[in-house]
Order: sequence, then structure tokens, then C-alpha cells
Amino acid sequence: MSNPAIRLVGIEKRFGAVHANRSVDLMVEDGSIHGIIGENGAGKSTLMSILFGFYEADAGEIIVHGKPIRIRSSADAIAAGIGMVHQHFMLVDTMSVAENVMLGMEGGALTAGGLAKARSEIIRFGTEYGIQVDPDAIVGELSVGQQQRVEIIKALYRGAQIIILDEPTGVLTPAEAEQLFRALAELRRQRRTILLITHKLKEIMAITDHVSVMRRGEMVAHRKTSETNPQELAELMVGRPVGQPVRSPGVAGEAVLLDVRNISVTDARGVLRVEDLSFSVRAGEILGLAGVSGNGQSELIESLSGMMPRRSGEVFICGKPVPANAHAGTLRAMGLAHVPEDRQRMGLVTIFPAHESAILGRQDNPSYGSRLFIDQKAAIADTAGKMTRFDVRPPDPLLKTANFSGGNQQKIVIAREVETEPDVLIIAQPTRGVDIGAIAFIHRKILDLKAAGKAILLVSVELDEIFALSDRICVMCGGRLMGMRRTEETNQNEIGLMMAGLEATTGEHAA
Amino acid sequence: MSAKPVSLPRWADVILLPALNVGLAFLASGLVVLAIGESPLEATALLLRGALGHAEGIGFTLYYTTNFIFTGLAVAVAFHAGLFNIGGEGQAMLGGIGAAIAALLLGSLPAIIALPAAILAAALFGAGWAAIPGWLQAKRGSHVVITTIMFNFIASALLVYLLVDVFRPTGMMEPSSRVFADGGKLPFLHEIAASLGFKLAKSPLNLSFVLALASAVAVWLLIYRSRLGYAIRTVGANPTAARYAGISPERITILAMAISGALAGMMAVNEILGVQHRLLLAFTAGYGFVGIAVALMGRGNPVGIVFAALLFGVLYQGGTELAFDKPSISRDMIVVIQGLVILFAGALEFMLKPWIAKLLTRKEPA
Repeated sequence: MSNPAIRLVGIEKRFGAVHANRSVDLMVEDGSIHGIIGENGAGKSTLMSILFGFYEADAGEIIVHGKPIRIRSSADAIAAGIGMVHQHFMLVDTMSVAENVMLGMEGGALTAGGLAKARSEIIRFGTEYGIQVDPDAIVGELSVGQQQRVEIIKALYRGAQIIILDEPTGVLTPAEAEQLFRALAELRRQRRTILLITHKLKEIMAITDHVSVMRRGEMVAHRKTSETNPQELAELMVGRPVGQPVRSPGVAGEAVLLDVRNISVTDARGVLRVEDLSFSVRAGEILGLAGVSGNGQSELIESLSGMMPRRSGEVFICGKPVPANAHAGTLRAMGLAHVPEDRQRMGLVTIFPAHESAILGRQDNPSYGSRLFIDQKAAIADTAGKMTRFDVRPPDPLLKTANFSGGNQQKIVIAREVETEPDVLIIAQPTRGVDIGAIAFIHRKILDLKAAGKAILLVSVELDEIFALSDRICVMCGGRLMGMRRTEETNQNEIGLMMAGLEATTGEHAA
Repeated sequence: MSAKPVSLPRWADVILLPALNVGLAFLASGLVVLAIGESPLEATALLLRGALGHAEGIGFTLYYTTNFIFTGLAVAVAFHAGLFNIGGEGQAMLGGIGAAIAALLLGSLPAIIALPAAILAAALFGAGWAAIPGWLQAKRGSHVVITTIMFNFIASALLVYLLVDVFRPTGMMEPSSRVFADGGKLPFLHEIAASLGFKLAKSPLNLSFVLALASAVAVWLLIYRSRLGYAIRTVGANPTAARYAGISPERITILAMAISGALAGMMAVNEILGVQHRLLLAFTAGYGFVGIAVALMGRGNPVGIVFAALLFGVLYQGGTELAFDKPSISRDMIVVIQGLVILFAGALEFMLKPWIAKLLTRKEPA
């Protein structure tokens, strides 16, 4: 490595008492794809924010293509040839692709010239790197995968030689991720440098040349991808050996505990989001519901859990019919528990202390006090017990919910929902934004629930998770059920095709 | 990308920050006083002496404080539910109407019956007046900020109509009701003290001060300890989580507005039942609006609100005396100081926060 694209030396960053980056060194070879992995809160995002000028490092040196530079804003970063594709896109939905690309560099009072240039460049990138997008399409009407391409084009248009991608595949179908990787490989062939931040080991193994592992703000290892393996990387990330629990293809009970018949759901704007969906889950069974996010899964869950009414169809819990406009409290009383897909938006109140978040949904439960008042001591004691049993760290019921890491917040939610002994569990995105150590723990808990004879509907955009836990897998696309398979009788390819909306060509309905 | 939110230790958040903000507001007020050619130090001394320097002044200070506790609590309860109730003024007027109706009808009965009924009527009328905007918000999505402001005007018009055409005794020029019979009058504290053998200076301070303190305790219990308060705070912090928990944000919105309105309505207990002993125009005198500043300064916590209300009580009483002693400093000066307190404690509340956070963390060992 004679002339690395990026060299970071001794980067330090503190936020108050949090030491987000401790003396981080990094060397990224020119024209390579370099992966950075680490658990949530390991400091990856902070490091990249420093590189892209959102934060300034407290100490340390940034050397880009051999030149030490100071990056105080993203304008400095762009001037140094660094571009960033954020996890949450920074696009104007109502503008065309070309308008988005030239945003901030319109080149004069009139936009015609800038637009023409942007348009021709977009077409050139399309042919050169295989990143094709219609320059005149309205961004809001593009698929997520295409929007991401617009972000990459924006970086290229600003002359980026080094592109940082932050968790780029989180919102993509497997096929779209595949396309993204092909584009990245093409960029590498043309001597651009890619920094890929991810927590998915599979992606690191598939696409990167080198990989650096961060843990607790420190850079703990650098490896050539060809000389390492997922097991080693996982252990480096967590700092201890990690065992993944294994599903036993146990026999499901006879009793159908959750029965959904021809359910349709419209959202607040009246758009049909779930169309004529039917499935059932038996005692001791995990039904995995796969699909790219935004295909009606959220509406389905919210309807089943009483957060929005359904338009038509019937739902039975433990054989009892559920009224169409039953609210969440009624459903809990019928034996349903719900681990929501977005714990911060729904499952917790982040400004509450943990013990108040830990009774959310059970706030009227007699075990937490009298009819009018909440017995705070009882709630705190109860929460402390849950925290011990679910290994929540730190086990402090008085700590503000927001101050727990994602994995520990999720454990609080799962502990709360599981410990009421429900018959039916709806568990959505149980490990989203959760670190590897906690993932194994949460998966083991879900399998324990199955063994205890619960009916579990597992909704996840992570195919690996669906395959690791489910007895049967069904796929939603465009609000409809594309098909249902026994886990043993299918593979990720087939499910991936169904997620993309292609009708299943083989196999029978396994319901 | 915005900067990361800074967090402070609790004591700094609850005590240091508000104190610094108030200090800054006074500093800025001092500059204004200086600009009109008076000495800020002398003005401060006069203000404090007027408010706290003699028994009668203290009585007046606490009488104003009573109003601010009620209206501050009213704003705070709505605030915990994520609602901005600007209608304290109108709700207090309705409270006054309710109290007056009860006191006029029942005033000849013993006070032990008439007074609780009149207090209840004040609370109920205020609650009803606030519940309508609450209902409109919950069911129709009409923003409470807009509707409560409009309801202030409606209340004011209603009060004028009732006073001119209904309550005014024939032959009286002033638009006010007749004076209540004795059963409808809350006793002054100096009267109570006198009956117990103490001697207190004469002031408008009456039993509603005790009622205000009790309300503060009750609101604290409601917000931080009751199941309803839990639901209110959940809806205020995260309506989606509330729906997830089986709490109806619509129901809580209406309820929280009603409780808020009841507290605002009880301000009339002090003014109408406690001091004036008759219904009259414009008795709310802007106390409903000042309640917003009080709630902001008290950070929604009843304990903080009692102290913030006391501060405003001092400002009101001391300001009146100051205007009397120094004609060049008019009562408008007090409005300026209030405005600056609202500006620093409310609008610029977090201006100092990052600096304090930096100072505090620098002290900690690396």
C-alpha cells in the first residue's frame, strides 16, 4: 500500500462522557472496497461522520491521497473527493432525478445549463458503471433501490473518488442488493474507493477486499477478507465466542391459535395496503412473513395488533373472533402480545425511565398498583426482575429508556411482551439495529416460546432470520400473499423471487 | 444533520438552567431600566421591598401567586399530553361564570354547601369550555392552539353579554353582577387568622391560596403517579406508542383538555369567590396567558410551577409598587420583564444548555 486513499491516525471523539472513538487508525487502499463492521454503538457511524465532516475529531489526523487535510464540514469532504450515501436518503421526493443530482451545484441563476449537464452525466454514469436511472423520473416514484442509485450518482457527480456507504442494503431486496454490489465492483474496477459500513457479515465476505472491525470505539482488527471468515469476524465484533441457536423442526400442535381470513386493510389515506390475506398459525409454530419493507407488512401487523382497524375479513385468536375495531388493549386481554417493528416509535417511550417503558401496554394491569394509581415500587421491582432475566445492561430500571442501546431496548420490549404468558405473539423485526450478541439471545428466546407452545408470527426483512427461525415461510408483496412454503422445501432464491413479486413457479401451497 | 442532543445532570436541568435563564432575563431588564435613565439596583430594591418587604405586600404577592399557580398548572397538564392550551383566559372566564351562577343561586345557604358547589361549578365550566377544543382536536383535527385562542374571544363576548343583559341588576350602570350573599364568599386569610387570634395585615389573600397549593399536589400525583397521568404522558411523548399500548389518544386529548380547563377555571375561585365577590368584566386580566410562562419556567412540574408562580407574583406586586414610587417606570415595565422572562425561560430555554454541558463535562476527569 504505497499510496492509500485514506489514512486515519489516532482519531479521538468524545460526546460528553461517551468515548465514541478512541485512537482509531485506519488505512484504506486506493481502488478497493473496504468494509467496516461493528455492533451498534461501536463507533462506525461516528468515524464516518468525522470523515464526512459532520463532526470534527477531538484529535487525530486525516490523510486523503497522501495529503493531510482538515475536514470541518461536508463541503470540505466533498472538495477532498469524499462522497457519502446515507442510510436514510437525502433526496427531494418531488424533484426529478436530474434536479436532485444538481442540487447545490446548479451553476448560475438559471437551471437549464446545470440540468442539461446533470442529465448527460447521469446517462454517462449509467453506461460506464451500470448505474442506470432515468434522469427525468420523479424521485418519489422510484423504488428504494433506484433512489439509492441516485444517491450514488450524486456522489459521483460531485467528483467523489471515495464513496462511503452506510448500511446500504438495509432497505433492498436481495436482487437489488446484488445489483448494488455489481455497481460497486464496477466502481472499484475504475479505481474508485468504496467504504462499506455494515453489520452483515455475509456482505463483507461477498464484496470487500479488506475489513476493519470496531468494538466500543476502538479499531480492534484489520483483515484481508480472503484471509478471514464470518465466525472470526463475529467474535472480533462481540469480543467473545458467539453461538447461533438452532431451530429444531419441532412438530406444531393441532390448535390454531391465530387464524386470519381474507383480511384487507387500508391506511389512513384510504389506500389499500393489505389485500385479501389469509393464513393461520398453530400452537408451537413459527410462521415467518418475509417481504421487502413497505409491502403491507406494517399495516397487517398494526391491524392484527389493534392499532388500526381492518376493512374486511375475519381474525380469530384462540378460536374467538376479534372485532374489526378492537383496540390494542382488547387484543392483549385476548392473549396477544406484540413486539412492534419500530421499538422507538411504538414499543417504548424513550423519554420515560425504563420502568415506565416496561409497563407500556400493561399500564392498567392490577399488579402495578391500585385502580387509580401506579405503584412505582412494584413497577421498578418488576422491571428489575425482567432486566436480570433478559440480561439487560445496565440493569437499572430508573435509567432513561433512550440511554439504553438498541439491543437492550429491544430486550426490554421482548421481556415485557413475553412475560405476560400470551398465546399468540406477533414479533416484527426483532433484531433490527440489535448487535450480534443480543441477536443470538433474542433468537433463543423466540425458539423457547415456540417450545412452550405459543403461536408466533415472525415478520422480518432479514431473510437469514426468517430462515433460521420459521417452520413455514410466507411472502408478502404489494399487499398480497405471494405464496407459502415449508422452510425445508424452499431456499432463499425462491423466497427472494417471491419478494420481488414474481409468482412462485414451483411448489405447492404449504398451508 | 443536527447536533446530538446534550443531556445534563438532573440538578443542572431542574435548578441551574432555569435560574440562569431568569438571571439573564433580569440582566436584560436591568439594561432596559438603565436605558430609561433609572438605576436598575434601586428599581430592584424597590420591587423586592414592595413585594416582600412588608406583610401587606406579601399578602398581595401570594394573592397574585394563587392565580398563576392555577393557570400554570392548567397549561402544564395539557402540555404533558402534547397540547398547547392557550385558552386559559377564556376557560377562567367560564369558570367565573360558573362560580357566579352557583354563588348567586346558593349564596344564602351556609358556606359549607355554597362554596364547594361554587368551586365545583368553576372547575366544571372551565373543563367544559376546554373540552370542546379538545374534542375538535381529537375528532376533527382542528388544532387546539387555534381553537383555544378563538374560544377566548367567544368567552369574552359571552361574559359581556351575560353581564350586560342577564346578571346586571336593574338600574346599575356598571356591567357586573350583584354582590354574592355571604355563603358565596371565600374567607380572607386575615379574617381566618383574626378568628384564631392572630393578626395578619389586610390583603386580598384568601383561602384559594390553600386550594391552589392542594391543586399543585393533586396535579403532581395525577401526572407522575396515577394511571391516567401515565396515559397522558404517553400520549404527549409518543402517540403511536400510546395507540400500541391500547391508550386512545383521542380520549386522552379530550380528558387532558378538560382537566386543564378545570384548573384554569379555578383561577376564578380566587378572583370571583375570593376577592371580588361578584362577577365582573375582564377579571382574568391576562393571568391565563402568564400561566404559559409559568408552566414553561416550571418545566411542567407542579413544584417548579409553584416557584415560578411565586416569582411572577413578586413581579406583579413589586412592579405595581415600583410604578407607584417611580413614575418613570410604568407598569408596562413589568410587562417588559415578563416578556424577557418568557423569552429566556421559554423560547431560548436551551440556549445555555450546550455551554453548561461543556463546562460540566470539562470538570470531570478524562
